[in-house]
Amino acid sequence: MNAVANYNFAYLDEQTKRMIRRAILKAVAIPGYQVPFSSREMPMPYGWGTGGVQVTASIIGPDDVLKVIDQGADDTTNAVSIRAFFAKVAQVQTTTHTAEATIIQTRHRIPERKLEAGQILVYQVPIPEPLRFLEPRETETRKMHALEEYGLMHVKLYEDIARHGRIATTYAYPVKVEGRYVMDPSPTPKFDNPKMHRSEALQLFGAGREHRIYAVPPHTDVVSLDFEDHPFEIQHFEQPCALCGAEQVYLDEVILDDRGGHMYVCSDTDHCEERREAGHVGVLGMQEAAE
Amino acid sequence: MSDEPLLRVSNLTKYYGSRLGCADVNFELYPGEVLAIVGESGSGKTTLLNTLSANLEPTSGEALYRMRDESWRNIYELSEAERRFLTRTDWGFVHQNPADGLRMTVSAGANVGERLMAVGDRHYGKIRDTALDWLGRVEIAADRIDDQPRSFSGGMRQRLQIARNLVTGPRLVFMDEPTGGLDVSVQARLLDLLRQLVGELGLSAIVVTHDLAVARLLSHRMMVMKDGHVIEAGLTDRVLDDPREPYTQLLVSSILQV
Repeated sequence: MNAVANYNFAYLDEQTKRMIRRAILKAVAIPGYQVPFSSREMPMPYGWGTGGVQVTASIIGPDDVLKVIDQGADDTTNAVSIRAFFAKVAQVQTTTHTAEATIIQTRHRIPERKLEAGQILVYQVPIPEPLRFLEPRETETRKMHALEEYGLMHVKLYEDIARHGRIATTYAYPVKVEGRYVMDPSPTPKFDNPKMHRSEALQLFGAGREHRIYAVPPHTDVVSLDFEDHPFEIQHFEQPCALCGAEQVYLDEVILDDRGGHMYVCSDTDHCEERREAGHVGVLGMQEAAE
Repeated sequence: MSDEPLLRVSNLTKYYGSRLGCADVNFELYPGEVLAIVGESGSGKTTLLNTLSANLEPTSGEALYRMRDESWRNIYELSEAERRFLTRTDWGFVHQNPADGLRMTVSAGANVGERLMAVGDRHYGKIRDTALDWLGRVEIAADRIDDQPRSFSGGMRQRLQIARNLVTGPRLVFMDEPTGGLDVSVQARLLDLLRQLVGELGLSAIVVTHDLAVARLLSHRMMVMKDGHVIEAGLTDRVLDDPREPYTQLLVSSILQV
């Protein structure tokens, strides 16, 4: 026996984990449906991923390998803190490599590497309700989901086209799951929406402040909403990653100096590192090597 | 007008707890007919309208509606999904305050297009063309299509609300004081427009108003309410020109003459 009290495995007590697992099972059974759960206070502020952390804590086992990303990066404060949190309270192995991870907790991005069967992607969700900014009443939005009244979602897309000439929503782009529920894929860029479609990995969404869990089981249809004459399309980048030369990936702009210098690099840091280790170089990567 | 009614209301009663809203209302409404419900404030006309439009559950009584497939259904026994579908396709509701019936934060075009998108229209170009057509019919300039209704005047908002309701080709429209809060010249144009649309589209309408002039201009028949009861009903010109009940006589003689 230790003199100092220990945390229970993965911080949450067993009763809480069972409660959350029941919510997750229900969410998996009804893809895209928001299941209420009794969200707990976590040792971090709301908005830092309390929902995702609770989901991860409920599903993680001693043999799991955890990866945490924030905006695609493994080395930002949020990602480092959550990884350290689980290393401490669950003594699990952590990694930055997508291929090695069994559980990946994410905010904003889906890794560039295709996820495989057996992997679980846990999203941290700030606002789970896709209709929230169109219809403020929760009683009404629940009714709209129940009766499949999703015309309002297209009103938003209509407004985008009327104002900007195209669908200007770039993140949290609404999707229809398995032909039934309209779902907010959390603040991921719409670039990642096609990756959710029939993914081999299980995708779990936790919204701590809003007390909701929802899920997309493997091989589930996830279709982005659009108009017949304004079909859904993802962002395109004009140049490849400046460090690894990758194309068809999501890029971040990095300001280099105060004279307008900037570069575009992979938002997925692990993907970029792996490519560079394999010998791929981009424009700025070459200069670096030459210096 | 066809021989078969669109709506059959029998013994409709609504209590708020022990307080009476409206009691024992009976009438039939025929296709293409406009029925005005008049009476002073607190006489139960808005309660009756909200009950008829299925926004309120009646305490007793029924309202049978002839659906598009010619079947008769009691509107209070429809499932919620059926009722909501009915209210946004075959019915319209024009509120006194346009802000209650419009989405103030989306453009006029989206306001008109919302019902189309709700019934499954997914072609932006067609939705926009329909919206433009309807804005034209309610005399809103085409270049205001992308403006939000909060930049519209009261009269324009009211016309936009009408367009938004009529876009799905409803057969029955409920109106709650449609000209309330508008100045008289705007009222006159709106009444003109309503009369024209009702005639063109063969709409049936139930109009609640305290303004007898509106009733005279718009309606074929009218019902006079007092303390929750219908005290007199008949053809509009008969009721207004030859009122039988003392209260109706009082109401008619209270009209200000200019």
